[in-house]
Amino acid sequence: MAEKLDDMYRDIIMEHYRFPHGQEKILNPDIRNDGRNPVCGDEIEIRVKMNKDIIETVSVDCAGCAISTASGSMLAEICKGKTIAEVKEIARAVRALLKGEEYDSNIDIGDIEALQGVTKYPVRVKCALLSWTTLIDAIDAGEAGRQLTVSTTEDGDETD
Amino acid sequence: MKVIYRDKAPLESEKALLSTGDIRKDFPILARKINGHDLVYLDNAATTQKPQCVIDAITSYYTGFNANVHRGLHTLAEEATSAMESTRQKAAAFIGGVKTDEIVFTRNATESINLAASSWGRKNIKSGDRIVITQMEHHANLIPWIMLAKETGAELAYIPINKEGYLDLSDINKIINSQTKIVALTHMSNVLGTINPVEEITCLAHRNNALVLIDGAQSVPHLPVDVKTLNADFYAFSAHKMLGPTGVGVLYAREEILNEMKPINFGGEMISEVRFDFADWAEPPMKFEAGTPNIADLVAFAPALDYLNKIGMDKIRQHEIEITSYALEELKKLDFIRIFGPGNPLDRGGVISFVDDKIHPHDLAQFLDSWGIAIRAGHHCAQPLVRLLGVSSTARASFYIYNTKSEVDKLVEALKEARRYFVNG
Repeated sequence: MAEKLDDMYRDIIMEHYRFPHGQEKILNPDIRNDGRNPVCGDEIEIRVKMNKDIIETVSVDCAGCAISTASGSMLAEICKGKTIAEVKEIARAVRALLKGEEYDSNIDIGDIEALQGVTKYPVRVKCALLSWTTLIDAIDAGEAGRQLTVSTTEDGDETD
Repeated sequence: MKVIYRDKAPLESEKALLSTGDIRKDFPILARKINGHDLVYLDNAATTQKPQCVIDAITSYYTGFNANVHRGLHTLAEEATSAMESTRQKAAAFIGGVKTDEIVFTRNATESINLAASSWGRKNIKSGDRIVITQMEHHANLIPWIMLAKETGAELAYIPINKEGYLDLSDINKIINSQTKIVALTHMSNVLGTINPVEEITCLAHRNNALVLIDGAQSVPHLPVDVKTLNADFYAFSAHKMLGPTGVGVLYAREEILNEMKPINFGGEMISEVRFDFADWAEPPMKFEAGTPNIADLVAFAPALDYLNKIGMDKIRQHEIEITSYALEELKKLDFIRIFGPGNPLDRGGVISFVDDKIHPHDLAQFLDSWGIAIRAGHHCAQPLVRLLGVSSTARASFYIYNTKSEVDKLVEALKEARRYFVNG
């Protein structure tokens, strides 16, 4: 049934997949982390360049499927110009959206709303969350002064 | 060492495909529609579908003779015990007529390998010893040995693979050396489909006084297997990959080995005598089967073995060679598809891993599902191997007795359509 498939691979997702944002690798990142999805073996690297308290750019290096690539692209796009606090708020909203939960509709998540079709496929939710888990883990670790290990979509209960 | 990889080439007269029309009628699930399409089930390396006789056997057990085994003195208990033990006899016969007591029931092939590694391994492997495995192992035949090596201080050595997906045996005499205590390898790769020359490797291992464990999860369902001809010391396989129920595995080990192995689970069913400060174990295989077993599924494994015997494992192998040759030929015509593993269908089983040069395996699997085609996408529980192939995951189609050439055609057609959807859309 093509409609079901099209609901997941919406045009906006395919657009991000074919022409992803954040492809230019940041050379001196302020935040950097690797993420892995042990279910499929996908790997992602996220780099962030800060300008004081504002995120200047994000680069995403992702060897993944259409969903994780599009999600990473959307992350790169939306994080630009935001504060860390704003990004965390968006991340909470994205997580809620992908888990099929309510989230504060005042938070503008832009194109990411198109990922809603993924909620029907639990395995693919992990693909959509990979970039966000990787970024938020790095931010949290940085704030707590922790050493980072590789983030995976199997970490803790927040992404299950 | 001369290594012969090939099976006997099939005679023209034997080249026939199975009568899939009749076979398919025995599998109720194959009548299902998936997303509006006929189900095309090509994920048999993960698990196979079940014929009606297997499904019925589970119901018969619960409706007719449900009782605990080995201890009751009433009719139901005797019937249950005799049904379960008849599965043991059939399993013993199926892998070449070994002794019934050499068949230990487990939950799956993974547990079988873990039992061997924990029980035999801990007793016999010491610091400085060598454990040899291959680069193409499923995690089930990899992680237990990594853990054992770490625990004992033994060294883990790998038989590498070459570009074509065969084991590279050029240094085998150095890899399997006098320090080697065990060689554990898969009979048939669940990713590459490669059928390994286990007989030759067993021979070499034995010359070095090492034992050999063969992971037969992918081979027993698809090839005629005689563990005595192979000279295997341990042989592990799972019922659910050969028409049987989930939750049933087998560990075959030679009697002398089982006799000296200690149990790793303790409790009911596995003792000969127990006092308040002492317990003595029952004879194998019972000493490895503590607690109430998975009786219903063990009982229902017997009709699965009967079903395969009725068709004949030689014929099943021929059928899969035919389907695999056809699939390899058709897939090769798609210039965007890269196939892993041996090109010669006689050297491999009906497992074909591939990638599309533009579409991620996850997306491919999702697209194929919308056509009713079930394949696997991922690292197939063989992450180090898949990484060695230079990819993070692959798509995998795997065949069995009910698959047809027209299903291969549907797969090929859907792969072309996926290109239109993801790449040229």
